Amino acid sequence: MRLEAKGISFKYGKNPWLFQDVDFEIEAGEVVGLTGVSGRGKTTFCRILAGFERPVEGEITLGGKPLQQTGVHPVQMVLQHPEQAVNPRWKMQKVLQESGPLDDALRERLGIERTWLSRWPNELSGGELQRFCVARALAANPKFLIADEMTTMLDAITQAQIWQAVLEAAKEREMGIIVVSHERNLIKRLCDRVVEL
Amino acid sequence: MSILEVENLSISFQQYGSGLKRRTLDVMSNLSIALEAGEILAVVGSSGSGKSLLAHAILGILPDNAKTSGDIRYNGEVLTPERLQSLRGKEIALIPQSVNFLDPLMQVGKQVRQSARKGDAISRQKAVFERYQLAPHVAKMYPFQLSGGMARRTLLSTAAVSGADVIIADEPTPGLDETVMKEALENFKEFADEGRAVMLITHDIEAALTIADKIAVFYAGTVVEIAPIEDFTGNGEKLRHPYTKALWKALPKNDFIPIPGAQPHLDDLPLGCLFAPRCPLMTEACTKARPEMRDLRGGKVRCIHAT
Repeated sequence: MRLEAKGISFKYGKNPWLFQDVDFEIEAGEVVGLTGVSGRGKTTFCRILAGFERPVEGEITLGGKPLQQTGVHPVQMVLQHPEQAVNPRWKMQKVLQESGPLDDALRERLGIERTWLSRWPNELSGGELQRFCVARALAANPKFLIADEMTTMLDAITQAQIWQAVLEAAKEREMGIIVVSHERNLIKRLCDRVVEL
Repeated sequence: MSILEVENLSISFQQYGSGLKRRTLDVMSNLSIALEAGEILAVVGSSGSGKSLLAHAILGILPDNAKTSGDIRYNGEVLTPERLQSLRGKEIALIPQSVNFLDPLMQVGKQVRQSARKGDAISRQKAVFERYQLAPHVAKMYPFQLSGGMARRTLLSTAAVSGADVIIADEPTPGLDETVMKEALENFKEFADEGRAVMLITHDIEAALTIADKIAVFYAGTVVEIAPIEDFTGNGEKLRHPYTKALWKALPKNDFIPIPGAQPHLDDLPLGCLFAPRCPLMTEACTKARPEMRDLRGGKVRCIHAT
């Protein structure tokens, strides 16, 4: 199954075009790097793919059909700052259950300890929170995962732990991954090909 | 003499649980570290290892419920709160980690001009913006109008124009693209070449290696190793602490293979070595007492097995 973006243009309100006429495609099971200088619109482009923004021009199709407007979005996004992506007034168990029932195998694969489930978000470190965000995205069974600077704020060991788990899951499910990162060595290690925005 | 010395710094937080239960969390234990003029010391470690806490302790901006013991000396004299008050921003500058430290209601150009203590503020702000590839019209923008990378560059600009002797940069590089990152790191190098001291707090070892003289590795609120950068090479044979070796091997450019487990939580720290539960070299002795920092092969290490 292919995710395809055709002729995408976007601007915020009356501001100048952020980008115009961008084409992008990714196949199931493929890992594609997305790079570009800061402020170029990488995050905005990802938000369009994941359905958080509508493009001003252009369209997005999945398997040749326009994306469904209801239900769980088949493209899930994990952000750079997990503390901004979880409800601070929910305990971690509730955060995780937002996308489906608890999956113990997935939880263990991501190194999430059972005792963390009863904690508040502000009691966990960035690396621990990010594991939850990844688990939450994967539990929604997405066809594609967007990792927008997903491990930029994490130390090397935590980064390798999370990516190991994500790559394994992607292989089993034939899930495609879009990797946004400025780290050349990480992109080289993970991606089949790289697209510059 | 070191320009900035931290000796046996311990920090604990008083917290209230449910009801009237009070608990004390030891977030940093017996940390010693020194900054030399003309030198860049990188501080690396995972989130929650105490890197930012150290920066905030030096600047005297810890929250009210924090208790500290130990000494912080600047130019040989103990840094008292009164002394800090007059030095902050002038002789000791912080580049904060969060871009939320920018004033949301002030144009960013003005924020940078305010930090310039010497010379013509307007021309210095223009020069530093050009250096960091911020277009002239950005000076009139407010923080909410900036991308993550642009906000980060604004924070760098404030420290660059301050003329401080000690610059403490708390995670200054994430989200910057390669050219701007290089420019920022070059800039730190210049600070050091001018005889200032730079503490570069980062989790990005690769960035640290390009400019630092020494690297201090933090784990669970203490320093486990201080090593010259030349030791970060090959498979990490020259490194001293098992955690440093594991960190080095987990880099994408090396093996990209992690060790299992996570850093212990502060309310559940092991009695002995803080790394023992994840350590391949762990013996019974490791679980009995915290190892002392000792000198080894031109560096320092906190491990009884290191050779």
